[in-house]
Amino acid sequence: MTILTVKEAINQALVESFTNDKNVILMGEDIAGGKGREQYQGTQDAWGGPFGVTQGLLTKFGPERVRDTTIAEAGFFGAAVGAAMTGLRPIVELMYVDFAGVCFDQLMNQAAKMRYMFGGKQNVPMVVRTVVGAGFRAGSEHSQTLYSLYTHIPGLKVVAPYDAIDAKGLLLSSIIDNDPVIFMEHKRLYMSKCEVPENLKPIPLGKGRIRKKGKDITIVAIQRMNLFAEEAANILVDEGVECEIIDPRTYSPLDEALLYESVKKTGKVIIIDESNPKCSLASEISSLISENCFSDLKAPILKLTAPHTPVPFSPPMEDFYIPSTKKIIKSIKTILKY
Amino acid sequence: MNIDQNKLKWIYKKLFTIRFFEEKIKKIAKEKLVPGYLHTCIGSEAICVGVMSALNEDDWISSTYRNHGHAIAKNCELKEITSEIFGRKTGICKGKGGSMHISDFNKGMLGSFGIVAAGPPVVLGAALQEKINKGSKNSVTFFGDGAIHNGAFHEAAGLAKLWDIPMLFVCENNGYAEATATDWHLNTKNLSDISRAYNMISYRGDGNNVFEVREITQNALNESIKKNTPIFLEFKNYRFSGQYEGDTQLYQPLEEINEAKKTDPIKIAIEKANDYKLSSIEINNFKKQALDEVEEAFKFAETQPWPEPEDSLNDVYVNYPKNLILKV
Ligand SMILES: Cc1ncc(C[n+]2csc(CCOP(=O)(O)OP(=O)(O)O)c2C)c(N)n1
Ligand SMILES: [Mg+2]
Repeated sequence: MTILTVKEAINQALVESFTNDKNVILMGEDIAGGKGREQYQGTQDAWGGPFGVTQGLLTKFGPERVRDTTIAEAGFFGAAVGAAMTGLRPIVELMYVDFAGVCFDQLMNQAAKMRYMFGGKQNVPMVVRTVVGAGFRAGSEHSQTLYSLYTHIPGLKVVAPYDAIDAKGLLLSSIIDNDPVIFMEHKRLYMSKCEVPENLKPIPLGKGRIRKKGKDITIVAIQRMNLFAEEAANILVDEGVECEIIDPRTYSPLDEALLYESVKKTGKVIIIDESNPKCSLASEISSLISENCFSDLKAPILKLTAPHTPVPFSPPMEDFYIPSTKKIIKSIKTILKY
Repeated sequence: MNIDQNKLKWIYKKLFTIRFFEEKIKKIAKEKLVPGYLHTCIGSEAICVGVMSALNEDDWISSTYRNHGHAIAKNCELKEITSEIFGRKTGICKGKGGSMHISDFNKGMLGSFGIVAAGPPVVLGAALQEKINKGSKNSVTFFGDGAIHNGAFHEAAGLAKLWDIPMLFVCENNGYAEATATDWHLNTKNLSDISRAYNMISYRGDGNNVFEVREITQNALNESIKKNTPIFLEFKNYRFSGQYEGDTQLYQPLEEINEAKKTDPIKIAIEKANDYKLSSIEINNFKKQALDEVEEAFKFAETQPWPEPEDSLNDVYVNYPKNLILKV
């Protein structure tokens, strides 16, 4: 066991995948960074992307497989589709998920529909790594999560790890998966640490994780919200409340069975998601549970989400935007009254 | 070129204000006194001030996340800019935008965008509106060398030319797009060549010489209106600032930075003061005024109230049921 940050875990998964399969390549902006196209040297490997996640890869695997791109997301996302169909396993970076719009067509219409529309003859084994999340004082165009935007689209798989184990294990799986996978990394989780076994195996996509066992209420926590869910659960222990925390980890495919099993036991559910509320993961999960666990439910399903606004910049407003431990506790108490 | 005395004073004062403002931002960023990402524009002063000096107060512009210089040169209130960067209620965007989105519509700013190349199409729209309504406001979009690669720029350029829209595409070629040098990301030697594909007139100029920037812009505005056509301008300068405050800038070689210092836009402007019969006393006066104004703005900002958390619920729509916005 070693203690790894999420950032290190992702870097390890990339290195292992590059080592295991020579068809794995990486394309993105400022992976290397530097100067002097002719000599191709200089201060290469300066950045590793804005969060330094890919640092060292260029030196290890060379510029043929680790490619700095221009600010041309539609171009290199489309290239990833073609490369994936013909034999490579491209990983492409969308520096912030907020930039989705400039290259969405390549995912929504090309990557996602290639297999289906052309009769199931071709696969598109590509991974989009992207950075999501509020709480960084990064304003409206660098703080969104947009989970549901991708989850909505048939043909795309969507993964969003919370801790370092899941980050590594799920990324390993995403890279060997034969479908296009959107792998969402939360900027406020990069530095969070946990123990990761040396020879961690790929963690299958579509399997949720019970992060805490309990019998009184099911908390479905979306990515960073696991942090606050755990805080809330720990506080509530003192009041004799046993919360069960479930992290779905992958939103498409979603581990519905795990959710239903938990609800069967607790009869009460709260879903916590820092995304906007309308047509969100929270509303999707809520509707699934109400359809499938109607007779088990002892209280209305509660959703705790951001308001229907863009992410504001100023700290008091952004803190209000993100569901907090305090709000979670309050909401749980409301449900427990039933 | 003859310059009216008031304009000349304005130019010097703005150059100094931008430089001092950004230096102050760098300082407080180090002390972690302000939240969020900060993209300063040390090295861009001559382009910001030179272009804006050729514009009318209410002309349209768009800017980017690296907008402090544009906003200051567009005569946005310095106190409001600073207050916004501090995230306060009296900020230019009421604390909703932050440093990356400093923009005042009432001063002709259509927006400061966090998405690379989001500006050109929006300014194209404003220019289209001016054309349709036979308005007289000029339209200018600012973007960087890195934005050249983005489809939004190309699509706007193609449409502007096709529709005979008078507007200026102003590309600041500061040598870098984040950590990636221009010679790393582009095969085209002159960025202005790119516009030729659209049969668009283009000019290049020294982005460190405020008077050259001003003259090229003035001429381009006149030509653009006369010929009813968009024009592309490339101004070459150097990004002394990192991509953002906190960037180690390891990829920028020291020799390169030192070389660029020889043509620092502020230094060049001071050297040229003589040509315009400004004494060093006058120059020092401008400096002092600028510095005072900057200090005052920061003092103001620090003492401003924070927004209320619920203020975040306003301004999403013009008209929408309030109870449907808050969902917590
Ligand atoms: C569509 C999009 N892709 C990537 C980014 C991340 N990013 C922010 S600034 C930047 C570099 C832009 O360089 P340039 O256009 O030269 O402007 P400069 O910062 O030098 O003024 C990049 C890649 C972004 N904001 N938007
Ligand atoms: Mg640049």
